[in-house]
Amino acid sequence: MNRWIRIVAPVAGLLGVILLFAILTGSPERYLSGANLRVVLAQTVIVAIGAIGMTMIIVSGGIDLSVGAVIALTSVVTALALRDGWMPIAALSAGIVAGGIVGIVNGLAITTLRVVPFIATLGMLGVARGVAKYVADQQTVNPPPTWLNELAVTFPSRDWMLFAPGVWIAIILAAMMALVLRNTVFGRRVFALGSNEAAARACGINTGALKVRIYALAGLFFGLAGVMQMSRLRQGDPTVAVGVELDVIAAVVIGGASLSGGEGSIAGAMIGALVMAFLRNGSQQMGWPNYVQEIIIGVVIVLAVAADRWRASRAAERS
Amino acid sequence: MLTLRSITKHFGATIALDGIDLDIAAGEVHALIGENGAGKSTLMNILAGAFPPDAGTMMAGGQPYAPRGPADARERGIAHIHQELALCPHLSVAENILMGIEPSRGGWLQRDALNDRAAALLADFGRDGIDPRARTGNLPLADQQVVEICRALARDARVLLMDEPTSSLQRANVERLFDTVRRLRDRGIAIIYISHFLEEVREIATRFTVLRDGRSVGGGELARVSDDELISMMVGRDIQSTPSPTPDPRLPTPEVVLQVRNLSAPPRLRVASFDLHRGEVLGIAGLIGSGRTDLVRSLFGLQKAIGEVTMNGNGFGYLSEDRKNEGLALQLPIADNVTMSRFQTCARGGWIDRRRQNVQTEDVMQRLRIKAPGPRGVVGRLSGGNQQKVALARLLHQDPDVLLLDEPARGVDVGSKSDIYREIRRLAAEGKGIVMVSSYLPELFEVCDTIAVMTRGRLSPSRPASEWTADAILQTAIGAET
Repeated sequence: MNRWIRIVAPVAGLLGVILLFAILTGSPERYLSGANLRVVLAQTVIVAIGAIGMTMIIVSGGIDLSVGAVIALTSVVTALALRDGWMPIAALSAGIVAGGIVGIVNGLAITTLRVVPFIATLGMLGVARGVAKYVADQQTVNPPPTWLNELAVTFPSRDWMLFAPGVWIAIILAAMMALVLRNTVFGRRVFALGSNEAAARACGINTGALKVRIYALAGLFFGLAGVMQMSRLRQGDPTVAVGVELDVIAAVVIGGASLSGGEGSIAGAMIGALVMAFLRNGSQQMGWPNYVQEIIIGVVIVLAVAADRWRASRAAERS
Repeated sequence: MLTLRSITKHFGATIALDGIDLDIAAGEVHALIGENGAGKSTLMNILAGAFPPDAGTMMAGGQPYAPRGPADARERGIAHIHQELALCPHLSVAENILMGIEPSRGGWLQRDALNDRAAALLADFGRDGIDPRARTGNLPLADQQVVEICRALARDARVLLMDEPTSSLQRANVERLFDTVRRLRDRGIAIIYISHFLEEVREIATRFTVLRDGRSVGGGELARVSDDELISMMVGRDIQSTPSPTPDPRLPTPEVVLQVRNLSAPPRLRVASFDLHRGEVLGIAGLIGSGRTDLVRSLFGLQKAIGEVTMNGNGFGYLSEDRKNEGLALQLPIADNVTMSRFQTCARGGWIDRRRQNVQTEDVMQRLRIKAPGPRGVVGRLSGGNQQKVALARLLHQDPDVLLLDEPARGVDVGSKSDIYREIRRLAAEGKGIVMVSSYLPELFEVCDTIAVMTRGRLSPSRPASEWTADAILQTAIGAET
């Protein structure tokens, strides 16, 4: 029952946001049009892919603050590879692998240096941003046009695709990771780690190695998000995506994950990403200035978590 | 099955275990009994691989046994069922039972096999009512215990260490647990069962060992000893005759400062009523987990409680039993810790007057004989005894009419102990009312005017200390009939 509420509540929130703006904008046919839907989805690809990795980390009881910087770094890496004449598929892989390497470093800092994830990844936030500026020589990197630029476009060149390829990639990866979290030994151990680390260790699970794997795998997703960022801007920009980690964490948390670990779902995180995307889009259509969006999203995050705490305390009282 | 010879363990200067011998056969339920702090938990932790003994040898199943850690102990078939359960509340029952040894193919969990194996283990116990797919955190505590036991069995445990397994259970669930234990015994599993409750021990165990002050002071067949004999082994003869202090005849005064009627704070504290007079030190005896701490915490408002409390004075002061987490701010200087409850006495317009703060602190430091470089010394660097005195000094500075002291002299050296006792008596002489929780019987007799005993959440009427004996307190505490 509890599990149902955890999914139903974000869905209801999403529908509420959509309904609200459909009414507020006064032209529901435009707000709900296919064209606008494509805009919203294309805008949310980067946060959604990041949220897939972040869900895993938060469920395991961790946090990663370096996502924005990693996106900037991997977008630069991808652009540089293209500029140096790499094949697009190789450049794409390079971006993803770069994210994975950063993840491994995060994981090792957390396990071998015994720095809490908040601090380890806060440090990485600075390091990755700095490395991105260094490898880009403090400039934007303009690669030659390739099909990578099509990944995150709003309107794909081939009509039958309906949405940008990046949207489909995000959907497929989200479905895959949802299965992995639910149905693999690895996935269940991620939950065990976040639920009660001491118990997991007492059962002979190598929690240190598990953490490194979690941050590394999540890093691959952040790397892919960086490729999407490169695709959207058609360039590698070392100063891009500042603060995106907060959007990503917010998406996961609005989707019902608990920052103390053990709880959370990919589906919820995807809905959380959509809630924020529709909020942004609706505010833009209303012509509200940027700062209004920021305030609204800030309030929504706190209310979503407060509602979750309230549910949890009621559930605790019942048992 | 399990043989221990001369197991010894020191923690710093204290001897926790002093040459323990123990023999447990397969299919035996062996009761390990003793007062709080007798060394039972230390012994269990050594067996479970939490830390090694300083000296002594262990054999398990005929092989030398020296676990490198908890995981290694589990490998060797020795499983520790903790007082606090070590389960993942968010995961399913089956996932908890088979955690670390999940059936899988190519990394994918074989959920059917997982649920079937867990169901088989549960059914073996006659506990097929527990759904292996249920979320573990939603189960009642007794069922969670079954989950933890099944986890041990899934790894072929040959020896189970059960530490106070009934302390959080209702009577009906205790029956279920005993059923479980008997089934385990009948399968040839050796069980070390720790409990304070003699009736329980008699119901489930055949042989026993009594620990006192880290030594084994008795053992044998339970059927051959009486409760009185067991209790005198636990208490020891030496404190039987400790005389009560000869108190100031004017104390306690007849003036009631705190009246408590039918106070209850579920689940642990069921009902407590008492009158506390000015100048009275009321000792609360009882076992750990019996609701003593809940009593003082609910009086201080840290826990939700119902009942009637009438206060004829000014303010409560509370000294937590958990010095490191609730008693002190270890990184701060002594002066801040001492004046924290009443900063206003040494502040002007929100700014703290350091000189005044230091003078006030030095005053209580002298009174309690706190050995420290000065009022600005960091509390965390002091010895345990001096830290505890600083915690008490905060209450002196706060100057409330009622002091709630939870284990005020636990884990401190002898000198500090007597300083603390003297201070408590002096506070009483000044007309304070004091409630003092203690697990240490000699201390209760030395310091308290009156004593009440908590038994499974029920507080006995308070009686003058001279009317109690150590035996009577222990018998009341463990719920034996006198």
